[in-house]
Amino acid sequence: MSVLCLVEHDDEGVNDASLRALSFARRLGDSSGESLIAMCVGAASDNSVQVLGQYGVGELYPVNGAPFESFAPVAWAKALLELAAATSASAVVAAGTDRGNEVMAHAGALSGLTMVANCFEATRVDHETVHLTRQRWAGSLIEEARLEATTALLTVAFDGVDAEATSEPTQVSVHPFAPHIDEGDVAVRVAHFRARDAGVSLADARVVVGGGRGVGSAEGFAAIEELATLLGGAVGVSRAVTSLGWRPHSQQVGQTGTRITPDLYLVCGISGATQHLAGCQSAKHVVAINTDPDAPIIMRADYAVIGDLNEIVPALVDAIRART
Amino acid sequence: MNVLVCVKRVAMVGAKIVITPDGQDIDTRHLGFTISPHEECAIEEAVRIVEHHGGTVSVLTLGPSEAVEQLRDAAATGASRLLHLQGGEREWDPIATAQAIAEAVATREEADGAYDLILFGNEAPDTGDYQVGIRVAHLLGRPCVSGAKYLELSDGRAQVRREFRGGDEFFEFDLPGVVAVKEGINLPRYPSLPGRMRAKKATIDESEPRWREGALHKQRLSVPSTTRERAELLGTGVAAVPALLALLERLGVLA
Repeated sequence: MSVLCLVEHDDEGVNDASLRALSFARRLGDSSGESLIAMCVGAASDNSVQVLGQYGVGELYPVNGAPFESFAPVAWAKALLELAAATSASAVVAAGTDRGNEVMAHAGALSGLTMVANCFEATRVDHETVHLTRQRWAGSLIEEARLEATTALLTVAFDGVDAEATSEPTQVSVHPFAPHIDEGDVAVRVAHFRARDAGVSLADARVVVGGGRGVGSAEGFAAIEELATLLGGAVGVSRAVTSLGWRPHSQQVGQTGTRITPDLYLVCGISGATQHLAGCQSAKHVVAINTDPDAPIIMRADYAVIGDLNEIVPALVDAIRART
Repeated sequence: MNVLVCVKRVAMVGAKIVITPDGQDIDTRHLGFTISPHEECAIEEAVRIVEHHGGTVSVLTLGPSEAVEQLRDAAATGASRLLHLQGGEREWDPIATAQAIAEAVATREEADGAYDLILFGNEAPDTGDYQVGIRVAHLLGRPCVSGAKYLELSDGRAQVRREFRGGDEFFEFDLPGVVAVKEGINLPRYPSLPGRMRAKKATIDESEPRWREGALHKQRLSVPSTTRERAELLGTGVAAVPALLALLERLGVLA
């Protein structure tokens, strides 16, 4: 018996969200003395294999071949289910990313099994029962639940779980895995991918500079952009700003936008509606610049500056430039 | 082009969610109700498709009697057929929900012909399950793409674009199909006054789906503890810039 975790990786290595999912899956396995195994699509680099060992993965099953040359959610789900059956997995876990949730939902539909999303703690109680804690309302509410399943399908609220390496790294044995995939399983697949302008992606950014209605206009974002660039970070915005058409929705932080996990969220002129706070709850440090000392964001922040961002941000940009 | 949009009535929660004393639900006595922003966009997308290609927009919800409010709101923005699956006060899990919807779709399609497209919001705001649309697609044997930020239909095919790690992925598939959309695919319009008048009089097709027990049993809901200290004040106005700069240095984010 084992706990099987889907690992997403790219040229830069294993994704941060997957490291968090691995930490969750390892604890689930520890609760019942089961080993942690992983599946990835495409060959894993030596470095990635080493990182997986640091997270306690005993066996890695890379999947390759024509059906996996571009992302096809049904093919990924079938591969996971076939591997889960072959390894008698008691749980299949993926990060709650767009892909992770999508693949696991297909796995649930194909197998008829229950799929539980947004989990952040799981303990196996017995052969047929898992105790789960998961987010509802994007983390504003916590649900404790009992899942009756010999094979649990779970996705991980990655902003509710830290990436923690194990104190006892494992030696990873690599077993290429060739699942049975039909033509129909790749009928829906990525036909092509278009990279957008280079820059730090919001979901992965270590620093995010946020701008809200307080920025005042689309043009006002020039200073926010400049500050983000100086800090090597990305721009994030509130829902008000995308609704006003000042910035594209791809920059929206929140429940219906991107959920960010930066070390620093420097948030300017955003009052902090629940929908927004749901997207930044795991930011390590929050620094707020706001005219209203009673805004909800000030309650969420670790540090605050009270005042007009349109004066403070340009002054901060000048001060950073003057340093160098 | 006949488009069906599936929506879910949810509470409009504020900054602090209040739980009922038994820990089984949120206290909605002082709350309004709505559908998610993703679903508002799904309805808008359906209305635009029909404006361009002709056809009908149907909207379906599974929920308590009060959920007809959300159907009437949808009618005010352009939906012409309203389907209410009477779900009572119970919480339906994603498997039961998908089965109820797939059965309702099969019944309606026998009478009216196939829906070319069934739209969902990417996930419900309350339970956040990310799967009802995908499960319905499998039950109906149709292709499905979720997370759509752009959708175009031509010659019986759908092209979908969505975001993936700082870029865009493109999918194509033959209709009929299922798409789960995300906020940002469009900016929904406000309902017009004639739309609201029409919505009041719209007839609602009622049916009673079969409840099925799920494998996930809710035990208790709770509000996460927020024992956060009030923010440390660095200062006021531009006078705070040196303190802000020192903080950024301390956090190690300055190159």
